[in-house]
Amino acid sequence: MATLLEVRNLKTSFLSAAGTVRAVDGVSWDVEAGETVALVGESGCGKSVSALSIMRLVAEPAGRIEGGEILYKGRDLLKLSEEEMRAVRGRDIAMIFQEPMTSLNPVLSIGRQLTEGLEIHMKMNPAQARARAIELLAMVGIPDPERRLAQYPHHFSGGMRQRMMIAMALACNPSLILADEPTTALDVTIQAQILELMRDLARRLGVAMLIITHNLGVVARYADRVNVMYAGRIIERARAGELYANPRHPYTLGLLRSVPRLDEPRRARLDPIEGQPPDLTRLPPGCSFAPRCTYRVERCTESAPPLAALGAEHCSACWEAQRLVRERAA
Amino acid sequence: MTEALLEVHDLVKHFPVGGAMLARSATPVRAVDGVSFTIRRGETLGLVGESGCGKTTTGRCILQLERPTSGRILFEGLDLVTLGEEALRPVRRRVQVIFQDPYSSLNPRMTIGQILAEPLKVHGIVPDRQGRAARVRELLVQVGLLPQHAGRYPHQLSGGQRQRVGIARALAMEPALIVCDEPVSALDVSIQAQIINLLEDLQSRLGLTYLFIAHDLSVVRHISDRVAVMYLGRIVEIADRKTLYEAPVHPYTKALLSAVPIPDPRLEARRERTVLRGEVPSALKPPSGCVFHPRCPIAEARCAAEAPNLREIKSAHWGACHLA
Repeated sequence: MATLLEVRNLKTSFLSAAGTVRAVDGVSWDVEAGETVALVGESGCGKSVSALSIMRLVAEPAGRIEGGEILYKGRDLLKLSEEEMRAVRGRDIAMIFQEPMTSLNPVLSIGRQLTEGLEIHMKMNPAQARARAIELLAMVGIPDPERRLAQYPHHFSGGMRQRMMIAMALACNPSLILADEPTTALDVTIQAQILELMRDLARRLGVAMLIITHNLGVVARYADRVNVMYAGRIIERARAGELYANPRHPYTLGLLRSVPRLDEPRRARLDPIEGQPPDLTRLPPGCSFAPRCTYRVERCTESAPPLAALGAEHCSACWEAQRLVRERAA
Repeated sequence: MTEALLEVHDLVKHFPVGGAMLARSATPVRAVDGVSFTIRRGETLGLVGESGCGKTTTGRCILQLERPTSGRILFEGLDLVTLGEEALRPVRRRVQVIFQDPYSSLNPRMTIGQILAEPLKVHGIVPDRQGRAARVRELLVQVGLLPQHAGRYPHQLSGGQRQRVGIARALAMEPALIVCDEPVSALDVSIQAQIINLLEDLQSRLGLTYLFIAHDLSVVRHISDRVAVMYLGRIVEIADRKTLYEAPVHPYTKALLSAVPIPDPRLEARRERTVLRGEVPSALKPPSGCVFHPRCPIAEARCAAEAPNLREIKSAHWGACHLA
């Protein structure tokens, strides 16, 4: 498959009162056409800022993309003019946000929010755009789409709003959708509906997806490949099946062990990752996870381990990865 | 350990709709619509359900932060619903709460030490200043913080540390019952397990009783002895943990369980899923008969006509379904 998006050594930082925060600190990953890739991590790990950087929506002047390349079909998005970038947003690459209510315009009708992009990006006339809007709403499972066009976001439930966001994202036949915690604000039963819908549509239309989430369960079911982030860096990458079966970074292993699971017998006690999440303005020298890591050796506090290959399509940024693998095999 | 600490009988809480005077006579939101359960001393009852099912309102009625429309809430033998503010005060000490968001529930202008000392002073638990400072240090250590955290402000702590402060504040009152309303859902995954372990340690050390309100079914299974499932203001199923998770009888419980994603792609690929149709209806106009029938995969004609009662299907396993 062809590489659709390639992020190389991306660095995005923010100025805060407490100092410079390197939210994304030299991260490289890619998405192939038609596949679903996940960026997983906890709050502040840089997963959302990664997506905003691709869309060039990082709020300036506090936030700044400091370096790297974002190659979309070979073209560096960071080198485009604002006008050229506007043509990419919504047409080639679309985005779905966590909170559909705050990302929809409350004073524009559902119909107008769908047709605006179609008229601008696809040069449709109002009648064509309206027909396409009806088709889109039907595609995402909104009943009675013609009547719904005249309604406003507050008439929709949370699940319906997220369907509407998906319809908007799909409107101009993008080749990539960035979905930032698309179901986190929804109830469990609605979450399942939305995730199944996203997967079916992505497969049917051949759209690639980047799913950003903190939920390891969501990733297991829907992603082909997974990147795990911690404190602005990717610390492990593998195909989904491989990552869950053979985690090769102490953080990934810790995350998987710390959650109670319905498919396993109940444990007497949970196995948390000790310590606190890192303070991004005061990261320790060496590996950012070292203060919480049970595999820590002296070297970890001195220099940061690079993301290194450990077998086919599996990388881990850990000096002690080999020992972790040996100990888990034993 | 079998003595009932809390008994809730036929709890109903309706909220009037709309701000206008005239609109108040219209149909109310039936947030909690006839809920009954018992919590024994020292146990944890999990209360699960989706947003709007009435689980938080149930908790707030027990805390007497809402006055119920009808029903009885017996705590240590006293019916809280009949008590006036004055008579409630000693009860409020014994029933404490831990909220979801430890940031919005801590005063940003007070130090952690002040936040913990204030209730000790107000309720006259520790009258002298020195004694309060000592008790604050003890509370901080008890929840896994350091005595020097007393001088910090909430914004200087991480989310997990703030939730520990929330727990310490509840413990300061030496409660018998703690209503935990989504205590870990705002926290990062790696921190959730720390807080759950802490809650369990405190329970065994201090003999606490918990009402654990949450939407995460995996977390609820881990911490609860018994579990009640709510849907649109009603309990649809209640049983001990093992029975509820291994042999659920209500179709809603089954659907909820099957919607929980499991962090294992190989298992997920083989797993059959019941994806429920439609969405939770409005509590303003609950459906006729069984409130779940419009979304139920096995509903029959009878379900639309007749509301099922919560009945004992097997020993100590209650379900509200005609077909269970």
